Order: sequence, then C-alpha cells, then structure tokens
Amino acid sequence: MPKDIATRTFKQVGTRPLRPDGIEKVTGRARFGADFSMPGMLTGRILRSPHAHARILKIDTSAAEALPGVKAVVTARDFPETDDGLHDIRMNVMAREKALYDGHAVAAVAAVSPAVAKEALKLIRVDYEVLPHVTDVDEAMKPSAPVLHQHIFTANESPAAKRPSNVAGKYEFGHGDPEAGFRKADHVIARSFKVEAAHQGYIEPHACVANVTADGQGDLWCCTQGHFMVRAISAGLNGMDLSKLRVTASEIGGGFGGKTTVYIEPVAVALSRKAGKPVKIVMTRDEVFRATGPTHSASIDVKIGATKDGRITGAFAELRYQGGAFPGSLADMGAMAAFACYDLENVRTIGWDVVTNRPKLAAYRAPSAPAICFAVESVIDELARTIGMDPIDFRLKNAAREGTLSSYGPTYQAIGLEATLRALKAHPHYKAPLKPGQGRGVACGFWFNFGGQTCVSLNIGLDGTVALSVGTPDIGGSRASMSLMVAEELGIPYEKVRCIIADTASLGYNDVTDGSRVTFSTGLATIQAARNAIKVMCARAAATWGIPEDAVEWVDGHARPTGPNAGNFEPLSLADIAAQSHQTGGPIAGHCEVTAEGAGVSFGAHLADVEVDRETGAVKVLRYTVAQDAGKAVHPAYVEGQYQGGAVQGIGWALNEEYIYGHDGRLQNAGFLDYRIPVCSDLPMIDTLILEIPNPGHPYGVRGVGETPIVPPMATIGNAIAAATGVRMTHAPMSPPRILKALTENQAGT
Amino acid sequence: MALHVKTNVNGDAAEFLCEPDETLLDALRDRLGLTGTKEGCGTGDCGACSVILDGRLVCSCLVLAAEAEGRSVRTIEGMAKGDELTTLQRKFLEHAALQCGVCTPGFLVAAEELLRRNDNPTEEQVRYWLAGNLCRCTGYDKIVRAVLDAAKDMREHAHA
Amino acid sequence: MVKVRIWGGLRIHTHGEAEVEVEAQDLRGVVAALGQKYPEMKPALDSGVSLSIDGRLYTNRWFEKVRPDSEVVVLPRIVGG
Repeated sequence: MPKDIATRTFKQVGTRPLRPDGIEKVTGRARFGADFSMPGMLTGRILRSPHAHARILKIDTSAAEALPGVKAVVTARDFPETDDGLHDIRMNVMAREKALYDGHAVAAVAAVSPAVAKEALKLIRVDYEVLPHVTDVDEAMKPSAPVLHQHIFTANESPAAKRPSNVAGKYEFGHGDPEAGFRKADHVIARSFKVEAAHQGYIEPHACVANVTADGQGDLWCCTQGHFMVRAISAGLNGMDLSKLRVTASEIGGGFGGKTTVYIEPVAVALSRKAGKPVKIVMTRDEVFRATGPTHSASIDVKIGATKDGRITGAFAELRYQGGAFPGSLADMGAMAAFACYDLENVRTIGWDVVTNRPKLAAYRAPSAPAICFAVESVIDELARTIGMDPIDFRLKNAAREGTLSSYGPTYQAIGLEATLRALKAHPHYKAPLKPGQGRGVACGFWFNFGGQTCVSLNIGLDGTVALSVGTPDIGGSRASMSLMVAEELGIPYEKVRCIIADTASLGYNDVTDGSRVTFSTGLATIQAARNAIKVMCARAAATWGIPEDAVEWVDGHARPTGPNAGNFEPLSLADIAAQSHQTGGPIAGHCEVTAEGAGVSFGAHLADVEVDRETGAVKVLRYTVAQDAGKAVHPAYVEGQYQGGAVQGIGWALNEEYIYGHDGRLQNAGFLDYRIPVCSDLPMIDTLILEIPNPGHPYGVRGVGETPIVPPMATIGNAIAAATGVRMTHAPMSPPRILKALTENQAGT
Repeated sequence: MALHVKTNVNGDAAEFLCEPDETLLDALRDRLGLTGTKEGCGTGDCGACSVILDGRLVCSCLVLAAEAEGRSVRTIEGMAKGDELTTLQRKFLEHAALQCGVCTPGFLVAAEELLRRNDNPTEEQVRYWLAGNLCRCTGYDKIVRAVLDAAKDMREHAHA
Repeated sequence: MVKVRIWGGLRIHTHGEAEVEVEAQDLRGVVAALGQKYPEMKPALDSGVSLSIDGRLYTNRWFEKVRPDSEVVVLPRIVGG
C-alpha cells in the first residue's frame, strides 16, 4: 500500500461540492433514455408471451406486415443462432422454440406511430402449445417437475447427472466438519426460510433509440449501466462489427444492477436496420416487471451451534435459489457470502442453481446476499437470545477479522466488521429506550466488491481547465467524485474540471458500472491519468527552463524545481503550462487503461427499531442506523446516499416487495400499485455512520460502498420484529398478512 | 381524428394536435418537447409525471391531453427563472437530494405545491404530501431534509 | 509450486482434494495448470472463475504474480449489481 494513505490529508477529497450534473437534473433538462428523439423516428413495440411455458408452433406476421404504417417486424429468425457464447441472452431477448415465462418477448414491430405499432402487435398470430410450468424453487427441484431445458444437467454433482433437470449446478464451500462442531455445541438452532423475489424497481423504464443503416453501421442511445456491454451484445446478436456500432449512454434513471444486461437494445437495432429508419423502444412499467430484473427467490436451511459462553462451533447452510428461465441464480455467490462475517472452525454451505418459468434474473445490489443474510442473521440472533448474550457482543465474539480464514476460502486482509459493530454499539441509538410493543434488531452483512476493465482520458484545455472522459455511466453522483479526485491530484479547483461519460467510440472498453466498482476502479484510473498528465506538464516545465525532467516536481497545482540546486525558477501553474502547450509540444493529456483489481471486501452493520400493529400485522420502522466502512469517502454526501438508499431498498424487500405468481404462472402484481416499494411516509430518517479504514488496493484508500447497504436490512427488521413480538419470521417479505398469520399461530400455540 | 388543443404551459400560449386517447404526459413530451416531465409507470403510482394543472397537483399520465384545453399547465421547465434556480431547486442540490435524478422533476413540482399551501410543514406533513412520489435511490432522507430546509429559507426571506 | 485451494463444487474433479499444488508464476499459469492437471475441470475454468490471491480478488489479470507462499483460492466468477 502506498505509505501515505493512512496519514494523507486531503484538500478536496472528502468535501461536499455540488454535483456537476445537478442543475440539468433539477431543471428537467437532463436527457434520460426516453428523452432522446430523432427525425423520422419509428416506434418499436414488443409482443410478449401470455404463457409461463409454451412451445411456439408458428408465428404469422403477414397481417402485421401488411398494415399501413408498419415498417418492420422481427422474430427470433432475425437473430440467427451462432456459437458465440451469447446463447442464453439471445434466447432471452427473443423466444425461439419455447416461451419460457410470462412476458417473454416473441416478436417486435416498428411503425410510424405508437397507435399503429399497438395495432400491429394484435395482428401477429402466435400458435402456442401450452406446457406445464413451474415457478417455485422447491417445486422445480422435484423429479416430477416440468423440465425447462433438455440440455441442463446438474453441474459439479457426483456421480454426474444422467437426466436433464431444472437444477443447473451445485456449489459447495467451507472448511472443517460442521457435524463435529454441532456435537461440541451447547445450543444448536436449525431453521428453514423462504425469501420471495424482488425487483430493482428503478423509476426509469428501459428505453433506447437505434439508428442503423443497411451497411451495418449505426448508433444506439440507451439508458444502461454499461454501454460497452450493450455494444458487445447488440452487435453480437445482429452480426455487426463492434466498432461500427457506437453506443452512447444517456442519463440513467436508476439501475441497481438491473441495467447490467440488455433486453430491447438488440431488438431496436434489428428493427432499425430492417426498416431503414431510426427506431425508439420504451418499455412500459408492466413490461419492466414481467420481463426484466428481478432477483432470485430462495428457499434456505440454516443450522448453527454455539457454546453457552457464545462461541460458534459449527455452521451449515443449504441455499436453493431460482434465477428464472436460465442458469445463473447466483446461489454460488450466496453460498460464499453466507457466513462471510464470521470466524468459524467448522462451516459448510451448499448452493443449488435452479431454473423456473420466471424472467431471467438480473443482478440487484449485492446480488444473492440479502436472502442468505436474512436466514443466517436470524438464526444468529436467536442463538444470542437463547444464550442470553447481547446480540452485538455475540457477533463481536465470533466476528471475522484480519487473518480469519473466511468461510468461502480466502484469508482476510484488514477488514472493518468489528469497527462497524463497535460503532453501532457505541451509538446513542443502541441505548435509547423502547416503548412496549416496540423492538430493536441488529444484523451485519458482507459483500465482495470488484474492479474490472477501465479506460479514461483526461485532456487539459489551453485555458487550464480539464475535461475528463470516463466510460462508466454515472448512477449516483460519480462525476462529482471523479472531478474531486482530478482536482485533488492536479491541485486545481473542483470547478475547473468537467467529467463526462464518453461513448463507445471515444474510449477503450469499460466494464459495466456494477460491483460497487466505479469510485474504486474508475477513480483509480482517473488518478493515474492525472498523474500521467502531471508527468507531461513537468516535462514541459523542464524543457521551458532548460533543466532535467527529474529536477521538476508537482506541488499544489504547480510545476517547480525540486530544490535550489535544480535552478531558481518561478513555479509554473497548470494554467501557465496549458497556455504555452501549443508551443511546447502540443496538447497535454493523461490516459489510463487498466484492469483495476484487488477491490477490498466490504462489511456493514444495521440497527432498527420497529413497532408491530398486532391488529393489522403492519410494521412501522421507527428508527434506523447504518454503519459501514467506506475506506475513504470521496464525496461523503453520496456515500451517505448509498447507505440510505440501499437500506431503504432492503426495508422494502423486508416488509412488502415480492413477485406474486398465480396458479397460471402469470405475474399477478406487475405495477407499482401492487408491487409496493417504500414511500416517503413509510420511513424515518436513516442515520449513517461512515467508517474510514483505508483499502490498501486504492491510491486514496477507497472501498466500494454501493452494494453492502442492501444486505443487512431484511435480517435487521426480522430481528426487530422478533424482539417486538416474540415471533420469529422465516418468510420474507414480512408483509402484514404473513405477520398476522404468524402472530395468530403463535397465540394459538401458547 | 386528431384534436387541436390550445393551452398555456409555464405562462406561454401553446397548442398541439393530439389523439383523443393521448395523455397530457405524452403531449407534453412528444408534441411540445418538454421532456422534463417523466414517465415511470403510466398508471399514476410513481409521481414522476407530476405537473400543476390550474393550481392542482396531478399525475399528467392520468390526464387526457385534450383536458388541457383552455387551462394552464406548470411543469418543471417553468420553475427556474433564466439561470436563477428556485430555493427548492437549490436546496435539492445542496442536500444531495438526488442520485439518478429521474424522479427529481416530479418531487420538485410536488414539493413546490406543498410549500405554496403550507410554508411551515412538519417532517410528517412533508412525508405524507410526497408519499405519491417514488424515489428508489435516496431512501427519501435527503429529499425530506431539502424540502424542510427550503421551507425554512423561504420563510426567513419572506419575513426579512 | 503454488498451493491452490479449490472451492467445493470443483473438488469432484480433484478426487476430493481441497488443496492441490501446481507449477505457476501468475494467474494465467494457475488456471492453465489446473486445466492441464484436471481436464474435467476445464469447462468450469473456461466459463470464468475469480482468483483470490492473498485475500484480494482478481478476475481478468493474467499476469498477476503468485509466489510459492501466496494464498491462492479458485472461486466462481464474482458478479455484482
């Protein structure tokens, strides 16, 4: 680690300047996905399967094509199958032999108006042979379940699977012998849990405009977390050369992982090419719910044993996650994250990846972790109560720390779990009195974080201002953070920097904005690009003064001789050097192309007070506090924003949000009225505690912060409900009907 | 059959042709190019399309475009005067009350109407007034603080 | 030689061994050596894995060095939201 991280004092990093894209966002001028238009643009719309599982016998588009005003119709035939590794996404973008879920795209049209496009969809005739379906994970694993794919044989199973099934893979982690651990325990608690699927719920539906010509060149504008990813898949599915498709990311109205893949973009490209005109597709909210996102749903068994003085002796978890109609439920990630908070001698986790007739899972903020955290932290809470130990003390006694062999394999470097737990324990919230009927819960959570491919370009203008181009869409204020890091490194005012999100033709490949990676990896690349520009500026100053390059250093925004021996010259400011640059060698720029890796893992701990209405089963969150390690908070207001937003998404999942399927396999609540995300009046203020334990893998010590905040809330709320009512909820969301039922059963039982 | 609608938007006369079943939201965005008003759901559940119609806060996705005939519409584009932001807009920026910003126009329109009716709302009043506007990024904390702070600022300036 | 810890699911290809030794100098070398030593493991390795080297996570950096005393753990490819 660079030695100066822990002691370095920052001049600008850590302050709270206004965000550079702020004014256009409070005046309505920012252009989001659906705000882009082109002359002569057609409206694209998609026909979707009304069946959960059906063989597509025939699609007749002739009547739609004959309708005046219809300019193009596409089906799976327009996306020929090739051996390019895009099999699943191609099949998800447009159904081929079978429709695999309610909402699966089967055809698309482009027409001169929305009304004509809608009319055309009605004229497309699809002959379906309806097949038996399965949407529940436990049902899908039964040998009698209808099998979605004949090519899926359970991976990593011994002996090897002989029959195709809905179980795509088995993933095991751990060390030691949990059974031996349980024998040493004074108390062993085993519980089974269910967690329903949630949607990312971004307010902006997916939207794009494609403008492609017959020679295979084109442009695509869309709201996405990764326009380079959109280019790769859209070009791939349409047989285009990568460099001939330029993708520009619009402002993005929320993603949370849900915009790390494509749905409509390759379809708009295909329609535009066929029609010879620009085509715009905007999803309705109904389409967003039925065909994009959501998370896995989960069925989980957890067993943990501990001695009466509070030491965990053995831990076991089995996770069954369904991730929709294609493999990739992230049960493997969940099995890794399950006991990541604890220092355990005997631990084993098994994750099963299961497919069902639901939309293909998309990542959602620490994908896989909230459900398993709910299960594990509920049992941990119950053990602490059984033993009679303070729940934070119980966690501290077993907490993972530097040098702990994690349950998923690696040994931890410096981590911040103990610090967050201690911060919560010391917070006034933890000691505040509660009224009868109220309860307090605590839980901790973990996420990996990662880095990835990053390319940035920093250009210094003749007037001494700086333009920074990055390739990771700004989903929560990252342009402000990047500008702060440039200002810090170059020693110039924040206002002199402008950061933009450049298109795919202007920069090298950038991985998607995900994995809490942007402040970490784009930040790392930005700092390096600034340092490269400084090198050039020092060389220009050296040449101007006629002294060696290594006799010049950069201090507080100026090039100056390293000492009296180097020569006696007035320091040159960045603006001075920039003004002369056309005569000293041309434009001054700094670049960085890097695969930023070595992101540090992240821990957080949450505290909640709730009140349960015993007549309705409704839960009111009275007070909520988040403690999390940020490594270094570059723009603390937006770090707080990540903590608060993630916590509230977790609260929504804990109390209300779920995908509800009918017996017909159709989604019953595809709208914000019936899929209820938290509203303003549901919530208290969300207090935040930002801890700063520097990440050795980043020049400023930054750690990703975006994902971990969604991990502990479900467990925190569940534990608070248990404290308030004495009833342990094992099925999330803990909606009023479920709580009422549990309260009634509990009363009947006692 | 297209309808010809004459209305007033943000103090200026405006007219457009629209279909009988077209929403005010679509007319604002697609006919008048005022894309600051957003569509999040199209069913009146998210508030991203909030506008003021003759002094009443409405979801423009639930109003027919033809209903704007002879009435006045106020949208996010009418809020700032030139380069001068309103107190509320300024406070949203200062408090970092937006992350992605797609719900922000709706929140600003709704909050402005609240403060017009009540210059000293409690936190609870702010929370219930804004309960029809969904934000998925912020957890509402900073939005509520921005509105309360704007109200305080506006009261102090009104009395100064 | 470098000791490499294998996550449970892949142990069916190492005859149950949780830790194996391979000759490698960097991340690419580890993955290639594993594939050579355990051909049944190759499809899983090819479909994408992450490596933890001394507690830090790497997915795409072939030339990241591993030393004989490095702690190397093969994990499923980490994804995020």
